[in-house]
Amino acid sequence: MAHEDVLAQTLVKEILRLVDGKLRFMEVCGTHTVSIFRSGIRSLLPKGLELISGPGCPVCVTPVGEIDRAIALTRLKEVTLLTFGDLMRVPGASSSLSYERALGRDIRVITSPLDALKIAVGAQNRKIVLFAVGFETTSPAIAATVKEARRREIHNLYLLSSQRLIPPAIKTLLSSGKANVDGLLLPGHVSVIIGKAPYSFIARDFSLMGVITGFEPLDILEGICMLLRQKAQGRSEIENQYRRAVKDQGNRLALQIMEEVFQPVIARWRGLGKIPDSGLTLREEFEDMDAAKVFDLPLEDKEDPPGCCCGEVLQGLKSPPDCPLFGKRCTPDDPIGPCMVSSEGSCGAFYTYGVLQ
Amino acid sequence: MKQDRILLAHGAGGKLTHDLVEKLFLPSLDNEILASLDDSAIIPTERARLAFTTDSYVVKPLFFPGGDIGRLSVCGTVNDLAMSGARPLGISTSFILEEGFPTQDLERVVSSIKEAALEAGVMVVAGDTKVVEHGAAEGLFITTSGVGLVPDGVDIRGSRARPGDIVIINGPIGDHEIGVLLARGEFSLKGTIVSDCAPLNGIVQAMLTACGDIHVLRDPTRGGLATVLWEIANASQVGVIIDEDKVTVRQEVRGVCDLLGFDPLYLANEGKLVAFVPQDEARGVLETMRADPLGRESVVIGRVVDDNPGKVLLRTKIGGHRLLEPLSGEQIPRIC
Amino acid sequence: MCLGVPGKIVSIEKDLAEIDFGGIKREASLLLCPEATEGDYVLVHVGFAIERLNEGEALGRLRLLKEIEETCLGSAEDGT
Repeated sequence: MAHEDVLAQTLVKEILRLVDGKLRFMEVCGTHTVSIFRSGIRSLLPKGLELISGPGCPVCVTPVGEIDRAIALTRLKEVTLLTFGDLMRVPGASSSLSYERALGRDIRVITSPLDALKIAVGAQNRKIVLFAVGFETTSPAIAATVKEARRREIHNLYLLSSQRLIPPAIKTLLSSGKANVDGLLLPGHVSVIIGKAPYSFIARDFSLMGVITGFEPLDILEGICMLLRQKAQGRSEIENQYRRAVKDQGNRLALQIMEEVFQPVIARWRGLGKIPDSGLTLREEFEDMDAAKVFDLPLEDKEDPPGCCCGEVLQGLKSPPDCPLFGKRCTPDDPIGPCMVSSEGSCGAFYTYGVLQ
Repeated sequence: MKQDRILLAHGAGGKLTHDLVEKLFLPSLDNEILASLDDSAIIPTERARLAFTTDSYVVKPLFFPGGDIGRLSVCGTVNDLAMSGARPLGISTSFILEEGFPTQDLERVVSSIKEAALEAGVMVVAGDTKVVEHGAAEGLFITTSGVGLVPDGVDIRGSRARPGDIVIINGPIGDHEIGVLLARGEFSLKGTIVSDCAPLNGIVQAMLTACGDIHVLRDPTRGGLATVLWEIANASQVGVIIDEDKVTVRQEVRGVCDLLGFDPLYLANEGKLVAFVPQDEARGVLETMRADPLGRESVVIGRVVDDNPGKVLLRTKIGGHRLLEPLSGEQIPRIC
Repeated sequence: MCLGVPGKIVSIEKDLAEIDFGGIKREASLLLCPEATEGDYVLVHVGFAIERLNEGEALGRLRLLKEIEETCLGSAEDGT
């Protein structure tokens, strides 16, 4: 096999050959945003081809109220809050988990929900709360962990769910009519779980192209090629570039486990507003593990910070430099909105992985 | 966000650390020697130029594959002196011990200090010991200071990079930070990566003999390679171009980075140096480095240009490019 | 979303597998992927294997690249 850069150049040449006029493709997934920037793909694409970030960044779409709800929990002396690192620096109304940890609250970063089981078993006198954020890639793992906790009779583990589902968000975005995209790079790992079918509405109802794409630079370049080929051939289909990992039917067992433990619920997305059946909550038989219910935590509907354009950035309506706060009052070290918190968010990526103009 | 508390990120060696130094420490302590913010302070005296540096060591765990807090404390300070081209004369070690610390462990640490000092050819000439109550020091903290002499004619500073300079590093990046991370056992990872902790004054002496005019030396500790390149590009107001495929990263380090979402360019190293060398001397310096046990894997990773002053451009493996910014906050494991 | 890293199953004990990621080893749950066996490559996310990797397709992906290569080279030869 030829060297990566030779293959990449071949794909870039094909992209240049196929691009005809101005096109906007949305990469739904935050991990794609990071990969695109880190690998330097942005610098190789022709000017007429614009890649915009979408709402597939769980850090970016978690509303202020949900961060504050988690913070409120950490103020209870008997609670240990476990979270994935992605959330530590997301600003709530006046604080963040990272700041609260500096104040001495028991907040720990984990890299697997299985860690939560271990921690719960090892600290019987503590109430261990797993703050679960993520999409369909992560939810089966959370669900399996909940089931395990049940099976092993671990009584001090709770779940604070801020999980979301991708297809409803895409639907809301496209229905608004404001998105103005010509095609979508669909999230490879979400698709490993859900397969191809849930995206069919994109082609059927909106006549748009979608390609399920992996995360290596060559995958992304190939995904872009496939979108461009569809355009050139006048097709609007859902295709799968990531065939080595994504089966058309997804991971049936994972979906089943998710179904057993969670039910869809209305959820607020920063920028997109409230979307029915777009969040996940524990089913009734697992209510005793639902931290929101057990600790009686109200969820406040809080405003996004003034001046923050994250909502519009998440819908692809604004580019990060269009936001008046970008790079001035809002930087990765002192983020105002979530899109700047990590390089997975559009603003963070633009800031951290800039390209020479 | 509130700025009234110190966060872990302030110690990570990136932007926040910089801000703390520039906005909190410098305004009170400012003087022209401190202001250069190089690895050592160069204090001119009647006879010679003194290099002076200080560091604290708070690493956990105290003992890790490739070293321990004792070895780290000697090498860290010796290296800061070496980065100014100075010959280390002596170092001091101050211990803050937690009540209840096992004497055996202290002996182990001191023994390590002795070995590292021998390796570096430096003497421990002063010290101090304090004991604090349980819980106040997590076992042991060490602070070292070091003094050295800068030979005549040697002028190595962050602001001396010039267009045309070649950028060389003495080996793969990320070994120290990943070695310590594995030793902590935090993320249930098993691997064989070992810290690269080593005294660099020997290899630096050899390099100075081979080339009388090395422009910049810096050891990419906290904040990693990307951060020090950015610091140098800014201090010298030059552009730096780095080739991603020339920067070596061990496979296991890459594996940990993939699993946790880290970027190897921001990982700490304790036995690595970056040298900015005039173009016509580059080959000679590279050969000299490769002849040294600590430089066998030395490689040219980039060059200095006059375009885009203050910016570091990374030419990526697929032939694209991106700009390298200094580390922001600290790297936290992510799932997305 | 999400970091999914491919690794090779080295050993299995009940529903936990030891996975080799290019020299680094870490355990992962097979609860979502119970049909995976020793020697299989799996995609791991947050400590769970979420799918077996189809090596045949991994090679198949290169088919598309070859196609493109041929198209590009073909066009170049025509002087297009």
